[in-house]
Amino acid sequence: MGATIRFLLDGQVQEVRGANPTTTLLEHLRGPMRRTGTKEGCAEGDCGSCTVLVGEAAKTEEGGDAVSWRAVNSCIQFLPMLHGKALLTVESLAKGGELHAVQQAMVDKHGSQCGFCTPGIVMSLYGRAIAAKGAGAPVGEVLAGNLCRCTGYGPIIEVAKGVEAEAAPAVDLPAVRDETMLSLSYEDEVHGVTRTWLSPRTVDELAQAYLAHPDATIVAGATDVGLWVTKLRKPLPTLIGISEVAELKALEETAEGLRIGAGVRYVDAIEAVAKLYPDLGQMMRRLGSTQVRNSGTIGGNIANGSPIGDMPPALIAAGATLILRRGNERREMALEAFFLDYGKQDRRPGEFVEAVIAPKLDAGRIFKVFKLSKRFDQDISAVCGAFSLAVEGGVVTDARIAFGGMAGTPKRAKACEAALVGQSWTEATIEAAMAALDTDYAPMSDMRASAAYRSLAARNMLRKVFLERQDVESRVMPESAVG
Amino acid sequence: MADSAATTPVIETAPFQGVHAALPHDSAARHVAGSAVYIDDMPEPAGLLHVAFGMSTKAHARITRMDLSAVRTAPGVVLVLSAEDIPGENDVSPVIHDDKLFAASEASGGEVYCVGQSLFAVAATSIAAARAATTKAVVEYEDLPAAIDIAAARDLDLKIEASQRMARGDAQAALATSPRRVQGKFAIGGQDHFYLEGQVALATPREDGDVHVWSSTQHPTEVQHLIARVLGRPDHCVTVEVRRMGGGFGGKETQASLFAAAAALVAVKTGRPAKARPDRDEDMVMTGKRHDFEAAYDVGFDDEGRLTGLSLELASRCGATTDLSMAINDRAMFHVDNTYFLPAIEIVSHRYRTHTVSNTAFRGFGGPQGMIAIERVMDAVAAATGLDPLAVRRRNLYGGEGRNLTPYHQVVEDNVAPQLIDELAASCAYETRRREIEAFNRSSPVLKKGIALTPVKFGISFTTTFLNQAGALIHLYADGSIMLNHGGTEMGQGLNVKIAQIVASAFQVGIERVKITSTVTDKVPNTSATAASSGADLNGIAALNAAETIKARLVQFAAKTWNCPEHDIAFTPEGVRVCGETFEFGWFIRQAYLARVSLSSTGYYATPKIHYDRATHTGRPFYYFAYGAACSEVLIDTLTGEMKVTRADILHDVGKSLNPAIDLGQIEGGFIQGMGWLTTEELVYDAQGRLRTHAPSTYKIPTIGDRPAHLDVRLWKAGRNVEATVHRSKAVGEPPLMLAISVHSAINHAVASVGDYTVFPQLDAPATPEAILMACEDVRRRSHA
Repeated sequence: MGATIRFLLDGQVQEVRGANPTTTLLEHLRGPMRRTGTKEGCAEGDCGSCTVLVGEAAKTEEGGDAVSWRAVNSCIQFLPMLHGKALLTVESLAKGGELHAVQQAMVDKHGSQCGFCTPGIVMSLYGRAIAAKGAGAPVGEVLAGNLCRCTGYGPIIEVAKGVEAEAAPAVDLPAVRDETMLSLSYEDEVHGVTRTWLSPRTVDELAQAYLAHPDATIVAGATDVGLWVTKLRKPLPTLIGISEVAELKALEETAEGLRIGAGVRYVDAIEAVAKLYPDLGQMMRRLGSTQVRNSGTIGGNIANGSPIGDMPPALIAAGATLILRRGNERREMALEAFFLDYGKQDRRPGEFVEAVIAPKLDAGRIFKVFKLSKRFDQDISAVCGAFSLAVEGGVVTDARIAFGGMAGTPKRAKACEAALVGQSWTEATIEAAMAALDTDYAPMSDMRASAAYRSLAARNMLRKVFLERQDVESRVMPESAVG
Repeated sequence: MADSAATTPVIETAPFQGVHAALPHDSAARHVAGSAVYIDDMPEPAGLLHVAFGMSTKAHARITRMDLSAVRTAPGVVLVLSAEDIPGENDVSPVIHDDKLFAASEASGGEVYCVGQSLFAVAATSIAAARAATTKAVVEYEDLPAAIDIAAARDLDLKIEASQRMARGDAQAALATSPRRVQGKFAIGGQDHFYLEGQVALATPREDGDVHVWSSTQHPTEVQHLIARVLGRPDHCVTVEVRRMGGGFGGKETQASLFAAAAALVAVKTGRPAKARPDRDEDMVMTGKRHDFEAAYDVGFDDEGRLTGLSLELASRCGATTDLSMAINDRAMFHVDNTYFLPAIEIVSHRYRTHTVSNTAFRGFGGPQGMIAIERVMDAVAAATGLDPLAVRRRNLYGGEGRNLTPYHQVVEDNVAPQLIDELAASCAYETRRREIEAFNRSSPVLKKGIALTPVKFGISFTTTFLNQAGALIHLYADGSIMLNHGGTEMGQGLNVKIAQIVASAFQVGIERVKITSTVTDKVPNTSATAASSGADLNGIAALNAAETIKARLVQFAAKTWNCPEHDIAFTPEGVRVCGETFEFGWFIRQAYLARVSLSSTGYYATPKIHYDRATHTGRPFYYFAYGAACSEVLIDTLTGEMKVTRADILHDVGKSLNPAIDLGQIEGGFIQGMGWLTTEELVYDAQGRLRTHAPSTYKIPTIGDRPAHLDVRLWKAGRNVEATVHRSKAVGEPPLMLAISVHSAINHAVASVGDYTVFPQLDAPATPEAILMACEDVRRRSHA
């Protein structure tokens, strides 16, 4: 087992020993490495000022070795997650005193004012130039995770539209490759704990490690767990990083549907998910930001059991199942059965989410997803509703409806479903089913929305399903607004 | 002439770029490279201590016990400071001495007045250790009655000062005899600054108990003076320096002092450097925001929509202390007229004290809240008369005999609103689009569009008259390079490049000759905050005056040396022309140095013409007005309340622009920031007075997709300040924010379509999806009633 974190910075091998495993990449950059171009704006992965590019081993379509680059928020990446990877920061770009083309364009088009968000924006734009993950999407999607408070974004959009493709810098990943499990230990005097980090390489290693440390925190993309450290300041004595577990990263398209390994990042799943459920694919483009989708996993979104996670409602409506694993045992359950109560999931000590099975929809089935939030992009839902309906001969023959943000867990709308099934597909039926949602849910009021709004919006989502079926325009922003 | 007289002057060939050129921000190349240094980027000095704060968890309470013994013994802790450790005054407030650095000790009453109030500070060897130590404090409270919002403060009659009244004519009499009359009220939300760089200060002890402090502040002088007061030392013991801020927007005018004072106190007490940098959540909880307001109007008008009388009541949440709330609420009153002549007007302004963080300056400084009130009134009058809101607005504009007097008795002498509105309405095809939109709405059951064109008139000058002064310091070095220093601070607004352009123009040299340096209190003393959009107006002329002083000496020198009449000496882009001969600038300056000419000068400026009597709320508080107009179009979903601004057209008057690129950036950025204020940015306090929206995960500023797909921003070509401002330019920092009022008005128009324009929607700000949907529901109910 290795106790040294190794990564490439501008192609040079960096070795870190004795680090606190919950040190964020941003802290390491700004502190010991004195790379202060990368900024801390929020320390929760929401503003993008800390955006850097991480390169990792990948395969070309022909099966050859390649490096896959992705923009991430360094403020919520733990340093051990960088092990075996390559890193580029804003300081990597200018060569011999010459600004990189995207940097020069930002100067020429007046893309910076206070300049604090600028390094992050430059890195997202550079990611676009080197075809980093998700960076070829419409500009509004690529930069939704880079907040700027000064410019109003106009000049930045101009720069983004003119970004020219170029080859990514060649990096020698094998130089930092390590076939053994990274195992770190650190005495955290401030919190009075010995902190352990393990990075298993196989799912069997993970199963054994988790059995041995059932109290460990599993870290996939750290887009949530990162905040447990930076915001909640939890001590987290034992962490198991799963981003190196190859099996968990597998995404398999089968005759029945899709098997999504628990370590599959959003960015790698969007295309396949969109093929099964186009509306969910669209919604995923608004889930988090490019940086978040480049780190966060669908498995993590489920395993954390958040009542406002955006993947569970749609996957529940689709009839997805979950595969849990503990040691060598596996069990499968309907996804909705996993969520027992607020903060409580049907997961035994040492048991982890291994995969989600998302089934294909029957032809002709209505499948709609609505995500409501104060801001269209990169916001946590006030209400997220998903509808899977079969209508045959003018009669609703099956209904699976689930909501997030309406209860302590992602939850099916059984009364609403019952009010639909067997009824004719009419406005009267829809209105009765809308009313039934009040039986299903008693949502709460919080900073995102009032209970009254949640209830009304949830009811209206069903009306929108009905109206959209009649081709009534009902979406303010059907797709990303900035092309 | 001395030794180098024989040297042939080299003619400078660099292209001259002075004022009016669209130069990039002076730091742009460093911004994009990541090499622009912000305070937290500076190499940390050896022995640095990190400062974290213990905060009140109560909105209003008395501390009955505060035991910090476990804090003192926590790992890494070097020093713990609370109220009794302050050698001077326990105060970090700008005006009234009511913002405490640390809550009063139990012995002194121990009152806390808001959640997030600083109770004590911990200095430790790492920020993690400092933060962890703060959690070890044992603090017990006895609850006191708390007023969290305006309604609660109104019930308890808690105010920061007596309610103010500004009036002209007899509004009540006019209302009583008015042909038509409507009343209404609405709420206007606050706004967090969300500067990307949070508050930060780095203090280094100097000999004799002095201290140097890097502070991310718009007001280094005030930070200096407050630190000196906290330390109980004269001002000259403290030096405060600012190179740049990662955004300010008013949030670093008074709010930087707490952090700077704590860091300075730690540095002086320990003899070690100290840094105070709250994280985003601490910053948002501990620092003030834009005031939220309530406005209630009673307006009289005729059938043509002409106002006859207006009685307007404003109420604001000032928070726990006074801060700048008096001036902010005054500015709200000053902007209730906007571009309109109000024949009989009465404005009453209530400034409520609440047990929430003290609200503070934010771009517009109360002006936006006053302005949206009158724009709402215009929409209400249009709804009542069935007239196009733009027609109503036009009928009420200043202009014509006896129609140029503001409610505070200043005569509007520079009114360009009618021209701006006409040009914009024509160029954006307002009337055609409004008809098309109403037709669209008739055929679209769920999605509805709305459009509105609203003007802006914003008063330029600090309404506290003495603040309208500025200083600058210019050195010419013997090689002809220029060091420029002035009292203004750079927060991204491009102030430094503008002043450098002014100085470069004065000497007719390339901008690269002018070194922009950090703002520091030992170079230019007694400065005013970089606020009130005044940075370029005030510091620009101060710098120009410094340059002119040096130029006068140089002319005298040249006249004597080359025996040339002064009128035959000129600074030109090619060099200094002396009786037909042109000398390279650097060579010329060296000759002046050798001839023992002083090449350094201060410059000073005080705005002329202004005066104000706060007791009667009359006078000429503003040197001039800045104008603009915007037309926004929106699309809303009447089933979810989701909204998209689909198009905005802006025409804005910056006079003769000092730098069109910088000014366009200010306008566009200000508009989007204003749009955020009125749409997605919602501050939510719970019943216990805790801010629930204290990070970007819960507080949503506009992101790139929120920018309208069509956003056309233009500088008004005919713009020229009638007052003798620097190069006839106009201030640009704040006014564009209020262009976004058109967005709120357009949403209101879209919502009204739900009731076929028969009822006037009750749409508060911010118009979040929830607010829009609920307003639609309300219109549905009322229009069917």
